[in-house]
Amino acid sequence: MADQNENGDWTSPDDVQFRFRDDEVISVPAVTVDSFKDQTNAQAVRIEPGDDARDLLPYLDRLSLVEVNFPAFTDGRGYSAARILREAGFTGELRAVGEVLVDQVALMRRCGFDAFAPEKKLNEADVEATFSRWPHVYQATGDGREPIWKLRHG
Amino acid sequence: MYKYDQYDQAMVDARVEEFRDQTRRRLEGTLAEEHFRPLRLQNGLYLQLHAYMLRVAVPYGTLNSAQMHALGDIADKYDRGYGHFTTRQNIQYNWIKLEDAPDILADLAKVEMHAIQTSGNCIRNISSDHYAGAAADELIDPRPYAELLRQWSSFHPEFLALPRKFKIAVIASETDRAAMRLHDIGIRMVKNDAGEIGCAFYVGGGMGRTPMIGPLIRDFVPLDQLITYSEACLRVYNRYGRRDNKYKARIKILVHELGADEYARQVEEEFALLLDQGIEPPLAELERIKAYFADPDFKSGLTEELDRSDPDFALWVDRNTHAHKVPGYVSATISLKPTGGIPGDASADQIRLMAALTREYSFDECRVTHAQNIVLPHVEIGRLHELWSKLEEAGLGTPNLDQIDDIIACPGLDYCSLANARSIPVAQKISERFAANGKAGELGQLKLKISGCINACGHHHAGHIGILGVDRKGKENYQLLLGGCEAEDTSLGKITGPGFDEDGIVDAVEKATDVYLSNREDGERFLDTYRRIGMDPFKEALYG
Amino acid sequence: MKILTGNDLKSGAVIWWTGRDWSIHVEDAVDVGDKADEIMGREEAARRVNVPYAIDAELDADGKVRPAHIKDRVRALGPTVRPDLTLKPAEPEALNWVI
Repeated sequence: MADQNENGDWTSPDDVQFRFRDDEVISVPAVTVDSFKDQTNAQAVRIEPGDDARDLLPYLDRLSLVEVNFPAFTDGRGYSAARILREAGFTGELRAVGEVLVDQVALMRRCGFDAFAPEKKLNEADVEATFSRWPHVYQATGDGREPIWKLRHG
Repeated sequence: MYKYDQYDQAMVDARVEEFRDQTRRRLEGTLAEEHFRPLRLQNGLYLQLHAYMLRVAVPYGTLNSAQMHALGDIADKYDRGYGHFTTRQNIQYNWIKLEDAPDILADLAKVEMHAIQTSGNCIRNISSDHYAGAAADELIDPRPYAELLRQWSSFHPEFLALPRKFKIAVIASETDRAAMRLHDIGIRMVKNDAGEIGCAFYVGGGMGRTPMIGPLIRDFVPLDQLITYSEACLRVYNRYGRRDNKYKARIKILVHELGADEYARQVEEEFALLLDQGIEPPLAELERIKAYFADPDFKSGLTEELDRSDPDFALWVDRNTHAHKVPGYVSATISLKPTGGIPGDASADQIRLMAALTREYSFDECRVTHAQNIVLPHVEIGRLHELWSKLEEAGLGTPNLDQIDDIIACPGLDYCSLANARSIPVAQKISERFAANGKAGELGQLKLKISGCINACGHHHAGHIGILGVDRKGKENYQLLLGGCEAEDTSLGKITGPGFDEDGIVDAVEKATDVYLSNREDGERFLDTYRRIGMDPFKEALYG
Repeated sequence: MKILTGNDLKSGAVIWWTGRDWSIHVEDAVDVGDKADEIMGREEAARRVNVPYAIDAELDADGKVRPAHIKDRVRALGPTVRPDLTLKPAEPEALNWVI
């Protein structure tokens, strides 16, 4: 899943531990939403829970990376931010950072995150189990999985 | 009623294994309590005063006999031989061990049950009218819509870390038997001028420390947009609900602070964007669900004659049965409020007996009511006496539906770690007082509701008479409220004045009922008299 | 006096710190003085207790530990409405100790 060098250390910028993309890892630093709007050349931006993800919509084509910060795992605003970006057609990397935990990563992935940089490394086996836990899903969230109602009715 | 298909079963089974894994990690020490807590809560597992407590979901309050029977067995096998039916139409067990919890969930899954999202900051189990599918006055059966919402809200990845808990009720009658407007979202199934069925959305109601009656934010959502509109309501809440203060985090505060119009406008904006996203199940899915809720094989030409020669039986019929849409049937309420008993508690044996009666008398279906009773929705009038005799024998034949001794009470300080005062002993004393003074019958419909703290699980704001337990300098103290109502004429009770001690509150309730008896006009309930004469005569009697 | 209480992680049972271990009987609780945080941190880390907290208590006329708040006295005994399920089912007067 993630890139490891021969010593087994994580090599990705910002310690991306899990990544579900084939393109190159973006290593430019992410700027805040406010400063992003003034910097025409920035490629990476970090959304905090209070930011409005829709402020980024006019600039999606020049963005390669959006980091969504979860300062506390109980603050779920980042899930909506991720879905809003994907619904608007953002195809770049959507990276969850901060208090990203084993029992939330599968939910984040369903909302459109495709990279995870937890502030504390997660147990690989536990994460593997949680990503493969759910045989089906009830909702259509734009993550490519067919919801149960679609399986029932085609 | 609804039956799981392979997909539903696979989801519930996966959930059991997920919680087994989480519990293992907690016990092994790789998952800290701080991170485990929301996970166990979303599986209904609280840490209460004496032990862990498990709240099992009863979707829209409907159970079959196998499920009811399993609830009795769980009480024996994992708890101390009883369960407590709650004001959210669920059941909870008070003496659960963490290490047993995954096995209990596995036992539940075998009978198509679970404890998913019965707690935590997520969309909770969806409640409904306990007479759904049976009531003479309903437009349609509201439960298929509740089931559609159940599936949508289960494990919804965007809405499992909401600012606060989120409760939805769905009804389909003018008469509101589910306190619909006191929910985060209350949905009433309605028919528009073109004769189409749709949903009226009331958002931002609730009880708790800041009670509010939910305003109407959309009078008609078409059935093929129900999920999309609900998702828009939730997304606006998830993004903008307050997270700085736990006590202001419910959606009612957001709706109140924005104003219902502005909230509705934001929902419409989100809704318009979501409509293109393909998140709405096809109407065929609703039809599939509806097929499970088709009427059972009701007989025609049944007798509507009742032998009233036994006065105890006649009284029970008058008080505890409700008009059915099919002639020859009624819905019968089994009261879990015997005189001096613990409201909502039932022993394992009683639960299994109710399961057997469900199979024998009610087409294998029973309901849990928000007033903590059990309903057999489809009983032949001609078999009522037989049913009643069996209930009487088991101590389940109390004829007190909606009477002053049919008290809603939260577990209070006897069980709950949030409570400030005990609720159950107050309920017991009031019930005994009115049994002894013989006034209960004379009072007619009088809904009395007791909460042991400001969180209002005992619905005290919505009681014709409400009681709120508070902590006053380390002593239990009880405030009296009058004039609340959870029905279609929803209103919030007002506090009479200074509180009372435990015996004082029982006296105060009796005084309030005396004011009613001496002021009532023909046909008036307690609530009607209060609304007509106002608080002053009551205050005078209580404090004058 | 300050005493420590919490719930057993596995069973959820109400437990009290005895100075060496945890007991289900409040009578065994000891005064921890200013050591509450240290003991709780250690015991919670070792998963011998869940959600521990320190409370005020006093010794009653018989020299027995009595938590200052009714909530912890209910925890110490059991639900007052189900004497049969309390730690002292044969002693109805124990309910007076709670209230």
